[in-house]
Amino acid sequence: MTLLAAAPTTRFADRQIDMAHGAGGKASRRLVEGLIVPALMAASVGDPLSDAAYVTLGDTRLAFTTDSFVVRPLRFAGGSIGDLAVNGTVNDLAAGGAVPIALLCSVIVEAGTPTDILNAEMEAMGAAADRARVRIVGGDTKVVEHGKADGLYITTSGIGRVDPRAALSPASVRPGDRIIVTGPIGDHGITVLLARGDIDLAADLRSDTRSVYPFAAALLDEVAADLRWMRDPTRGGLATSLNELARDCGLSMVLDEERVPVRDEVRGACELLGLDPLHIANEGQLIAVVAGGSADRALESLRRVPGGESAAIVGRVEAAPARTVLAVAAYGGTRVVDMLVGDPLPRIC
Amino acid sequence: MKYVDEFRDPRLIKQASEEIRRLTDPSRHYRIMEVCGGHTHAIYRFALADLLPPNIELVHGPGCPVCVLPMGRIDEGLSLVEQERAILATFGDVMRVPGRHGSPLEHQARGADIRMVYSPLDALRLAQDHPDREVVFFAIGFETTAPSTALTLRRARELGVSNFSVFSNHVTIVPAIRAILDSPDMRLDGFIGPGHVSTVIGARPYAFIARDYGKPVVISGFEPLDLLQSIVMILRQLGAGRAVVENQYGRAVPWDGSLPALRALADVFELRPYFEWRGLGFISQSALKLRPEYAPWDAEARFAVAGVQITDPKAAQCGEVLKGVLKPHQCKLFGRECTPEQPVGALMVSSEGACAAYFNYVHRRTAAASV
Repeated sequence: MTLLAAAPTTRFADRQIDMAHGAGGKASRRLVEGLIVPALMAASVGDPLSDAAYVTLGDTRLAFTTDSFVVRPLRFAGGSIGDLAVNGTVNDLAAGGAVPIALLCSVIVEAGTPTDILNAEMEAMGAAADRARVRIVGGDTKVVEHGKADGLYITTSGIGRVDPRAALSPASVRPGDRIIVTGPIGDHGITVLLARGDIDLAADLRSDTRSVYPFAAALLDEVAADLRWMRDPTRGGLATSLNELARDCGLSMVLDEERVPVRDEVRGACELLGLDPLHIANEGQLIAVVAGGSADRALESLRRVPGGESAAIVGRVEAAPARTVLAVAAYGGTRVVDMLVGDPLPRIC
Repeated sequence: MKYVDEFRDPRLIKQASEEIRRLTDPSRHYRIMEVCGGHTHAIYRFALADLLPPNIELVHGPGCPVCVLPMGRIDEGLSLVEQERAILATFGDVMRVPGRHGSPLEHQARGADIRMVYSPLDALRLAQDHPDREVVFFAIGFETTAPSTALTLRRARELGVSNFSVFSNHVTIVPAIRAILDSPDMRLDGFIGPGHVSTVIGARPYAFIARDYGKPVVISGFEPLDLLQSIVMILRQLGAGRAVVENQYGRAVPWDGSLPALRALADVFELRPYFEWRGLGFISQSALKLRPEYAPWDAEARFAVAGVQITDPKAAQCGEVLKGVLKPHQCKLFGRECTPEQPVGALMVSSEGACAAYFNYVHRRTAAASV
């Protein structure tokens, strides 16, 4: 995710950098807004966060983004660090309303890493790029001492052409708009957690890592003028992305908890571990906010995309309570859903 | 999902909620304490206040192990990492509890070898995998988790693992309930009895609450329907002027508890003469230490543990919240200096702590509504 800041900002006062600062939740946001943006992009202080930055060249609007991958273990059911490295950056561009064009790829390899592992990940990246129809056009390679990089870290940067039909902004979100997700949430986070073998749980679960560009394209084709906002809810999950939106647009996101698609395996693992599926990372889902009158058409268009069969309208935007995400349970209780706090699942992507 | 969905069934929940309204006397205020932190979390997580009439007040009890752990114990555990070059293993909840120089998580970020484990057996495995290092398991919890520590200690003894020890912070629930009942500002009508603890100790140990103090006790499960049904049962007792111990959580809690678990506890642990509870002060016979036979695996017997006492930050009103005298948001630090991200008091650390649960699930909703 390329991070731009949103007002109001407070200076970063934490004594040291902890894992939570990399978890994509509240602490990450504080670090970016309070330390990084003021130092590097003072002119942007106060702009809302987005998945990609925008640069205009002549008449062409480009989306530009970068993402680093430090997942442990490198391979897990349904994918690997190579898949994530391509899809993650492609998805940031797609959620930013852009057609992905090209990626750069930087790898940091730990000395002693078997060549087979590096080779497998480069092949995974190549195959993922083919599937996502994006070219990898260059990169960089560094090697660090044994014991330093846990095998392999990958950074990808991507550039895309912004679809002229896309007018995405938190400021365009209105009460009555609907919130749509493209499929079951939490698969990636729980899959990686189980792949580590720290807990004796087994579940038939795979990471959802994939390009979400086909979903973004379907929405732009079907309801472009009524498409308000999109986000690729990775670290911190649906809850964190929607909290960012709630804060940026000053409105309330009200989830109908029963309609949020979650597989039983993910629900079960979350119940056991005291986690909330709404906080668990995804690597192949898109959240979209669409005007109420176009929501059904938007949903149908997503369901026609292969892999979008379980897309669902999961909630609506309301005026109050301001800057808050709520979840309403089927039996009538309403709770506040906060951003991710702390780091229950470190190094998930 | 079995054992979950049927206890969140909207139709049954609506019925229970209506039954509660029928059973309450509108002119009366009911104060019911849920003893267990797991219940506190569930009450907020499931927004049960939305389903209860306004004259039923749920008062949050002391049953959150992290919340009642005094800060000095955290510092002592952390000091073992430095003094003994030990690996400290503990449950995730402990990782964020603030010590004087930061939480275990912050110490870990600075390089201290602190590992999060899901079971004490994982800590024992760590000791077997690192025979050249001391591994200390920072044990915490009520009778719920104490049996797993006891079984791990038995196993360490059987296998002769000499580089493994336990720093026991296990506490027992009944003395804490008694302390609350004896507290002069106690105004409670009944108790939602602990669920997980009772799977081990059963229902009998609560008999004195009904017999000596005349308060109904209903042991409850953790799903919304469990809690509502337990409240129905308490209200029925109050309406009939009765006070007995009842078990709503029969699917998990046997009346006599778990004999093998109780045997393991008796075999490995004995009561400490007294132990400090954060917010409640010293309570006699309220905590477990290792029996002398287990001294070779007792971190307190093997290493110099200073017994430091640290007073909580003055402005934090954890004690009042723990005793149910204050609501979380009535504390001066709530939501300002003290948040789940940067907790001052332990009630803000664990998801089972009343303050964290209130902050996470309710705070902004009411804050926004009052604007």
